[in-house]
Amino acid sequence: MPSEQWTHPEPGDGPAAIAAQPSPEQVIAGLRATSEGGAELTQLLTPEGQRVPSTQFDPYVADVDDETLRNLYRDMVLVRRADREANAMQRQGQLGIWVPLLGQEAAQVGSGRALQPRDMAFPSYREHGVAYTRGVDLRDLIGIFRCTDHSGWDYKAHGFHPYTIVIGNQVLNATGYAMGQKFEGKVGDDDGEATICYFGDGATSQGDVHEGFVWGAVYDAPLVFFCQNNQWAISEPTERQSRLPLYQRARGYGFPGIRVDGNDVLACLAVTRWALEQCRHGNGPVLIEAFTYRMDAHTTTDDPTRYRLSDELEEWKLKDPIERVRAHLVRGGGAEPEFFDQVQAEADEFAAQLREHTFTMPEPPPERIFSNVYAESSPLLEQQRAEYLSYLDGFATAGEH
Amino acid sequence: MMELQKLTIGKAINLGLRRAMEEDPKVLIMGEDIGKLGGVFRITDGLQKDFGEQRVLDTPLAESGIIGTAVGLAVRGFRPVCEIQFEGFIFPGFDQISSQLAKLHYRTQGKIKMPVVIRVPFGGGIGAVEHHSESPESLFAHIAGLKVMAISNAADAYWGIQEAIRSDDPVLFFEPKKLYHSGALKMEIDTEATPSRVAASQLVREGTTATVVAYGPSVKVALDAAAAAEEEGKSLEVIDLRTLSPLDLGPVFESVRKTGRLIAVSEAPSESSLTSEIAARVQQECFYSLEAPVLRVTGFDTPYPPAKLEEHYLPDLDRVLHAVDRSLSW
Ligand SMILES: Cc1ncc(C[n+]2csc(CCOP(=O)(O)OP(=O)(O)O)c2C)c(N)n1
Repeated sequence: MPSEQWTHPEPGDGPAAIAAQPSPEQVIAGLRATSEGGAELTQLLTPEGQRVPSTQFDPYVADVDDETLRNLYRDMVLVRRADREANAMQRQGQLGIWVPLLGQEAAQVGSGRALQPRDMAFPSYREHGVAYTRGVDLRDLIGIFRCTDHSGWDYKAHGFHPYTIVIGNQVLNATGYAMGQKFEGKVGDDDGEATICYFGDGATSQGDVHEGFVWGAVYDAPLVFFCQNNQWAISEPTERQSRLPLYQRARGYGFPGIRVDGNDVLACLAVTRWALEQCRHGNGPVLIEAFTYRMDAHTTTDDPTRYRLSDELEEWKLKDPIERVRAHLVRGGGAEPEFFDQVQAEADEFAAQLREHTFTMPEPPPERIFSNVYAESSPLLEQQRAEYLSYLDGFATAGEH
Repeated sequence: MMELQKLTIGKAINLGLRRAMEEDPKVLIMGEDIGKLGGVFRITDGLQKDFGEQRVLDTPLAESGIIGTAVGLAVRGFRPVCEIQFEGFIFPGFDQISSQLAKLHYRTQGKIKMPVVIRVPFGGGIGAVEHHSESPESLFAHIAGLKVMAISNAADAYWGIQEAIRSDDPVLFFEPKKLYHSGALKMEIDTEATPSRVAASQLVREGTTATVVAYGPSVKVALDAAAAAEEEGKSLEVIDLRTLSPLDLGPVFESVRKTGRLIAVSEAPSESSLTSEIAARVQQECFYSLEAPVLRVTGFDTPYPPAKLEEHYLPDLDRVLHAVDRSLSW
């Protein structure tokens, strides 16, 4: 649906204009999964793998040659393979839960690869692909889902904040971090720092996200709000959260909003680079709505057959983020057939390592419960720890007899 | 008419909600994913199909929004029942709960009633990731103006949810998520009977050696411990609090006067908690009857650990029995 149809009546418009407001069906058509994302969708690679020229964004991917494209392809295949492996491991009882990213590889790899090491990323809980682009070993992340750990990587070394499960919380945290970059004078030119913050379409309903938009705007924070609109917040479709395409919300806060094809890794890379450039130069925040689709369940505890039509899934399969890069590479002679086999083999090995690691992960010892509650030790807690450990010792002694 | 049904806790809440909605058209339920999906625990399964989207609202994803609009709906004469997906996600709505929901009646000298129920699955033991296993009930018990209930069995779930909905006061209704679908805990309930009152403590097992007081998921632990203690020749009396605020400690005082010993069990950290309150009031009321200090078996004063450690964190039968022994050796 073209964006012009989104205009609402203005004050002073007559009854005819008011009556001509978009019907609920029109509102939904502009938001829905099965739509094409609208005329306003930025795309550089079609689902068939054709390159679409863009005067605005081509300069941001001018350096992307066949080798870089092959690398982006490889990133996505590896990330998907790891995701499938983790999903299978959950089914086999090796993980407590898994949060699949299937279908969102391009949004995550494209945006993640746009970042510089000096930048900071604040993920939600599905950003395994972004973690990978930040150099986080996915084996360090799996403990969260095996329930041996709450985090697991060095956030500073990787510029990748711990996962956040409470919806929307991290948006304010990212805003504060970006304000700090600004206060420390780290913005102003191409070498400036920036922050990117990931959240879902559902999250945009939370007060924290709205407040993040307000703060980010008021303090010109160098912050890219990266919304992966995967169409669903568990069972609730996007129209349960908004009457307006999400990227358009940015306007109300006074910063640019843009909708990018979230299944197009090249477009995600270009648009994120552009947004980061805005931030680095001190122009304040940008909202990116990556229009994508959650191909699997929300988590392994979810049952999408209760609320989602399979037609929708079938339609999105045709827009697969990996297949379009492959088609593009094949068509343009950017890769030999062996390349794809080699990447697949590498991905299998990557997944096998993840599996091996998961199976051999040590269980945390009970004293871990008491460590790092406070930066300064607490006498009360020390006492609890000692009492509990000696209680456990009692069992050991009892068992020896 | 007798209508006996064998129900799990989850199904009992579902039927209780259904009955409340049939009886009063002003009752509506609202929350994330409660419609087509039937909620993440399927507690509201089938209700939207039968009552429509205006009485079973799949809301936008925002807890402050859910609770704040429920307050407004209540002002307008509705009786909203909100579902929070997991206790760890209630905090975006904490402001609305403490500033408006709990206080409007007082602030308006009773002119505004707040018949709002907030259903909160709580507690651990399900092997989940962060924020899905907590026990924040004491935080709410501390807020004047709120009623806090915590049920432990299917009959109380069925009658309790209806009682909460009928109440003109706001009720935080804590549900032991670990036990929702436990087949072993199924109870035969006459769903057509006249309601029995749930908002009071209940003696659930008689005994003479020591008293164990618990609520929510810990009641099962206390009962299991009592069964095990019996084999060792100790007779534990078990009391289920059912309502955490206002706290009905009458039966606890009575029991402690009989046994002389009290063990309070809860999954929540102990510092500044409901078990602190119980200990304080029991020593005040039963000082001369106590043979040993009130002991507590609780979660530790730490955030909920990674779930691989939860068996250490959560009070279990052994820890309760250990406390009984400590009490007896005083
Ligand atoms: C404050 C809060 N409320 C509820 C939940 C439970 N929950 C987890 S994920 C989710 C849906 C999130 O949807 P969206 O923001 O679109 O992100 P997606 O998972 O689709 O990437 C919900 C309701 C939560 N984690 N935090």
